[in-house]
Amino acid sequence: MQGSVSATPRIGAAQATHRRATLAVFTYVVLLGLGIAFAYPFLWTVGTSLKTQQETYAFPPSLLPAVPQWGNYAEAWAAHPVGRWILNSVIVVLGALPGGIITATLVAYSFARFDYPGRDVFFMVVLGTMMLPFEVTLIPQYLLFHRLGWVDTYLPLVVPSWAGGGAFAIFLLRQFFMTIPREFDDAALLDGANSLQVLWWIIVPLSRPALVALFILGFLGHWNDFLGPLVYLNKMGMFTIAVGLRFFQHFPEVIAKMEHLLMAVTVMMSLPSIVLFFVGQRFFVKGIVLSGLKL
Amino acid sequence: MGTRKIGSGQTATRKAIFTARRRHILEGYLYLSPWLLGFVALFAGPAAASLALSFTRYTVPSTPAFTGLGNYVEALTADPQFWPSLWKTLYYAGVSVPLGVAGSLGLALFLNVKVKGTSFFRTLFFLPSLVPVVAAAVLWTWLLQPDWGLLALLLSRIGIQSPRWFGSPEWAIPALIGLALWSSLGGSRMIIFLAGLQGVPDELYDAASIDGAGSWGRFRHVTVPMITPTIFFNLVLGIIGALQVFTPAFVSTGGGPAYATWFYALHIYKTAFQYFDMGYASALAWMLAVLIIFLTWVQFKTAGFWVYYGGEK
Repeated sequence: MQGSVSATPRIGAAQATHRRATLAVFTYVVLLGLGIAFAYPFLWTVGTSLKTQQETYAFPPSLLPAVPQWGNYAEAWAAHPVGRWILNSVIVVLGALPGGIITATLVAYSFARFDYPGRDVFFMVVLGTMMLPFEVTLIPQYLLFHRLGWVDTYLPLVVPSWAGGGAFAIFLLRQFFMTIPREFDDAALLDGANSLQVLWWIIVPLSRPALVALFILGFLGHWNDFLGPLVYLNKMGMFTIAVGLRFFQHFPEVIAKMEHLLMAVTVMMSLPSIVLFFVGQRFFVKGIVLSGLKL
Repeated sequence: MGTRKIGSGQTATRKAIFTARRRHILEGYLYLSPWLLGFVALFAGPAAASLALSFTRYTVPSTPAFTGLGNYVEALTADPQFWPSLWKTLYYAGVSVPLGVAGSLGLALFLNVKVKGTSFFRTLFFLPSLVPVVAAAVLWTWLLQPDWGLLALLLSRIGIQSPRWFGSPEWAIPALIGLALWSSLGGSRMIIFLAGLQGVPDELYDAASIDGAGSWGRFRHVTVPMITPTIFFNLVLGIIGALQVFTPAFVSTGGGPAYATWFYALHIYKTAFQYFDMGYASALAWMLAVLIIFLTWVQFKTAGFWVYYGGEK
């Protein structure tokens, strides 16, 4: 085969084009099949959010309702303090996300560009913290925040983010910063810039893909976080939407079945994530490619 | 006079370098300080506290009473849920991590073929990981509902009686694994694989083609070795995450039926936040920590046999 390519280049080229076309068709068929399989449960969510309660349990089940019940959305909004819960989630995200990104940037900058005693040990410790299960620190953290009077406030969900933004964020950014040539820093330093200006004017603009990746991951992490609010928030009015959703879950004999309303809230809650991912995904992938995640 | 001047000039320069170096070190620590503070206050301190608590009997709001290794002995010998929850967690991790890593890699391979429109498919695959876990759990209990669920309908068409999934002790964990795979295969793990694949230099593929490698040969001898670090990364993080599995079981089955999905992390959570037995829960948490650290250590020790760093390290 390979011999024939060099012997008769024309036929070889035609064959290659043919092969490439076959590969493309095959890829599309597989991607489409998988795409439907993955998206189907989500389409089911959207379909169900527009069904009547009876249709939800119809057999055989159908994806779409006979008549779309747009009123479900208003009903869901009114059934529980959904608006308030969404607002609470927004408060947590606004409080935590910038903290994680800003402090992860500073810490990664320290690891990537400064040379001081203990630096490599500290970096190993950062990676090591990924290993310790959250259950180990959860209990004393809870007792600590309880003593500080922070239970039933957003502080336990926000303040820890301002302490480096987590090992993964530090690791990703540090790897990314290492790929930026030091000559850029040196040029700016010669021009009289201080280290903070180097970070802000050189490193940060060049690291946009990695920062976007962290922004998306951070948003999803805080927006969908379940355990944190579950442990630290007890008052219904304080709940974030991720925990509040449970009130739409089916509790037999306690509350009327309202899965169609749960699905309506789910659609509302997922929309910001979907838009964010769709808009930022190009940067997202690039950010992770360029930092070359390796352990 | 002249020599002295030069001498003092040198001292001044040395002094300047010394000051610059000190300043450099100081700035390094300054930028590190947010993490360092957080590490001490929210990580090392609490970890030490939970280690200390693990040697006490401490049921909130009483005061901790030292019991030595009592909690550990109780867990290993007397707690009826300790070993079962550990085995269930290992079963869950042992099945979901290999399938999840292989599946995400498979999806990434298809997305990496250079055809138009992959960003659309990327979003489709990513969709499930955007669905909040409470909704995903409810969705899954529906699709798997044994009497009128969609899967039961499909199975009945080919003459198979649907298992009772979340309602049966044998099928509840497979159902949770299915849920985990659906919501994670196309998520950030797939993106990390995609990034790994895109980081393989085209020259390597060209060189392999010139050497007569077909598409399978290129995959086997270029793609696979070049992405072993990415596979390793996802495997290590995947096992760490799977051994802490909590939310899907908590939301969809609450640990049931008949303790079938009572995973280790659930055991810790219920001990700590429903029975407020903080000392015992801390001991449980530390045993999980030791297991995770041990498994991670084993993976790093064996990485040399199969992970290829291309001359780095």
